Amino acid sequence: MTNNSDFLKELHDPELPVPDDMRSSVAVTNLDKLMSTVYNWGRRNSIWPMAFGLACCAIEMIATAASRYDQARFGMEVIRASPRQSDLMLVSGTVTKKMVVPIVRLYNQMPEPKYVLAMGACACGGGPFKDGYNVVGGIDKYIPVDVYVPGCPPTPQALLHGLIMLQKKIDGQSLSNRNSVPWYGRGPSDEATMPVLGPDIIDPRQAHILRRQAGATEQPSEPADTDA
Amino acid sequence: MTEQVPTADTVTPTGETLNVLHKRFKKAVRQDDRDGYDGILIDPARLVEVATAARDELGYDYLASATAVDYLGKGDHLEMVYHLCRTSGGPALVLKAQTPRENAELPSLTGVWSGADFQEREAWDLMGIRFTGHPNLKRILLWEGFDGHPLRKDWREAYYEADQKPFDSRWPDGHVRRAEQDNPYGKNVRYPDGFVLDEYQSTAEDALYADVALGLDVSADLATERVVVSMGPQHPSTHGVFRMIVTLDGERIEALEPVMGYLHRNHEKIGERNTFLQNMPYTDRLDYICSLSNNLGYALAVERLMSLGSRYEPPTYRAEAIRVLMAELTRIVNHMWAIGFLLNDLGAFFTPMMYAVTERELILDFFEATTGSRMMCNYMRFGGVAHDIPDRMRSEASLINDRVRDENTMEYLHKLINERLPRAIDQFDEYLTTSEIVTNRCIGVGVLSTADAIAASAAGPVLRASGVPYDVRRADPYSIYADLDFDVAVRYHGDVYDRYLIRLDEMRQSIRILKQVWPLLMDTGGQPFFAGRGGIYSPRVPAGESYGRVENPKGELGYYVVSDGGQNPRRYHVRAPSFINLTALEQMCKGHKVADVVAILGSIDIVLGETDR
Repeated sequence: MTNNSDFLKELHDPELPVPDDMRSSVAVTNLDKLMSTVYNWGRRNSIWPMAFGLACCAIEMIATAASRYDQARFGMEVIRASPRQSDLMLVSGTVTKKMVVPIVRLYNQMPEPKYVLAMGACACGGGPFKDGYNVVGGIDKYIPVDVYVPGCPPTPQALLHGLIMLQKKIDGQSLSNRNSVPWYGRGPSDEATMPVLGPDIIDPRQAHILRRQAGATEQPSEPADTDA
Repeated sequence: MTEQVPTADTVTPTGETLNVLHKRFKKAVRQDDRDGYDGILIDPARLVEVATAARDELGYDYLASATAVDYLGKGDHLEMVYHLCRTSGGPALVLKAQTPRENAELPSLTGVWSGADFQEREAWDLMGIRFTGHPNLKRILLWEGFDGHPLRKDWREAYYEADQKPFDSRWPDGHVRRAEQDNPYGKNVRYPDGFVLDEYQSTAEDALYADVALGLDVSADLATERVVVSMGPQHPSTHGVFRMIVTLDGERIEALEPVMGYLHRNHEKIGERNTFLQNMPYTDRLDYICSLSNNLGYALAVERLMSLGSRYEPPTYRAEAIRVLMAELTRIVNHMWAIGFLLNDLGAFFTPMMYAVTERELILDFFEATTGSRMMCNYMRFGGVAHDIPDRMRSEASLINDRVRDENTMEYLHKLINERLPRAIDQFDEYLTTSEIVTNRCIGVGVLSTADAIAASAAGPVLRASGVPYDVRRADPYSIYADLDFDVAVRYHGDVYDRYLIRLDEMRQSIRILKQVWPLLMDTGGQPFFAGRGGIYSPRVPAGESYGRVENPKGELGYYVVSDGGQNPRRYHVRAPSFINLTALEQMCKGHKVADVVAILGSIDIVLGETDR
């Protein structure tokens, strides 16, 4: 259990006065702050990650969930196999072109509020395999990422730190400010665009570049080595 | 007491075999006499006959590895290289067949060894060799519709900078230029010339379902409909991003096709750009549970190649002892993990796993203290290891219970080997072996017969659980295994239960080896852990080829390395046990219930980093 007075201090609206001797047990606040704080407190301590291991980092992710590092301390031990029941996608490993299609689909299947944590060098930016012809240089090229945890692989301590950072991020989200997160705005939020497996991976958001390039095929497609 | 590692030169089966084959096939077979090469070149037209003769008459019943090499600029042909072994032991016989790069075509050996299936599909996918007579020649790691065959030497990836590292653009001035800045799309993509988006139809998924038979089965009283289920790539039982297209009749498996490549991260292409030593950390990421044994296999392959040169010095005895220590500890880590996950798959969700991970952490503490990393150890070097075992284990990174550990390393190891780990293995044995969950779900499930296991090139625990006492540590000894006293674990039923039991047996044998290695380490304390004056970072690798293989926890891990004498390998191929063991998956699963697939897959113990590479 966290310290009571810390929680009250967080909840307290500094513009509304409380007698000094009651500060340890009373907080006066506005409705939005009360709702956001209580709601976020509930959410941050019950993040359900999706059971979803991509590569090497998944092993450290499992180790984090296991006995020694015990992810359950943060309310995150309920690892769901279905995206429909999960709040957090831990992208734990190298994202390949073949795999990014299912990943984006899984992300779209997750109900909001949803978060993405990119675990490891590969998920953050391609890592040691970045030059590979089948490797996507970071999952953030296709879906938005909330927390990046570098490392190859990150130690369980680093992953736990990343998860705590995610909790802090959740703490800062407001129910009343509709621009702070997409899911509190009006109407449904946009889905991530599904890439297509073609001769190479095709991102439909870049279709216009592709058409432009196809129109200019006479010119050499290799960029010149000039700026080195 | 140091025993020289047998090199390709000293024990080669080529000579005697060539004589026998030459009598029958005359000009169709000849010695591969390129410098640094070994093996028999075969006329493609007679390849199947020669392979059959090698299998039936010469006793080379096991196809260890089949891979292709692109000799662009050095003969301009593609070459298929087959490594054949006898399950009774001995070094590998190498057969080779060449084909021109244009319209490359070779006869398929799937009729001789079913284990050639996936390896030939891989050669088609990555090198573009068409195999006549292959029953299912589809891309395996990439998807149908991919442009080109990426392992060909003239195929360039989107982020291509130069053929070899270190890249001139970075070195020696240390420029950092991001490849995406030069790419019109800002990411790692490249489309063929004349590609028109609006007319394109993706074939990646359709191809998977192309040969799947649907329909109503009305033969029995009960009419059941065939259902096709796609399991994975995100599925809790597939140990990563493995996928299966399963055709079901009711709950019964009628057909199963493994679909992989979801973690194909171009290990081999990157490996051919890298210098020899730069590949060492990449091998960690193959079978990422057993990084240290992967290191050992690669070090052996390159050392064999280096031994052809003049300045080569073999690893010191202490280095070999440390290597064996690491490899056997890794085996225990892996088998603990495998058993924990098998129980997960059987429905004992995560409790046995917790026990397994606890023991793994203790071993990882030692790895971290010695190599600097828990998982990706990057520890072996050509000629030894990177660091000695430290005197004391200090662990400031993991403050468990607010306690900074400071222990004598050798004492810690002694306790681990003699007390902690044997007890943990016994505990597994006691709680699991007779447990109903295990016996009911495992006995008689997923049987792989001895003959099928050999034909399908199954390796490691999968092969030995089917009654074949084949272990590379004994069959073709490397490092100091020849001096050590241990038994090759073998079981005879070939079902999931035996594959579980054999892992317990192997862990016990590993403990036995570790108990012998510990005093060796004490005796050799202070002796050099690295041989040679040349330094760790600039190995001189002469031209030639070599195949280094080790008995990894998951099976025979082989590295086929071809050098042109430069800084980088021309060809760097990994014979991955997880990949080849999957060849027999359909055979094991047919006729069982869909829930058994999960158990059978768990008992094969695959790691996707190695399957897909």
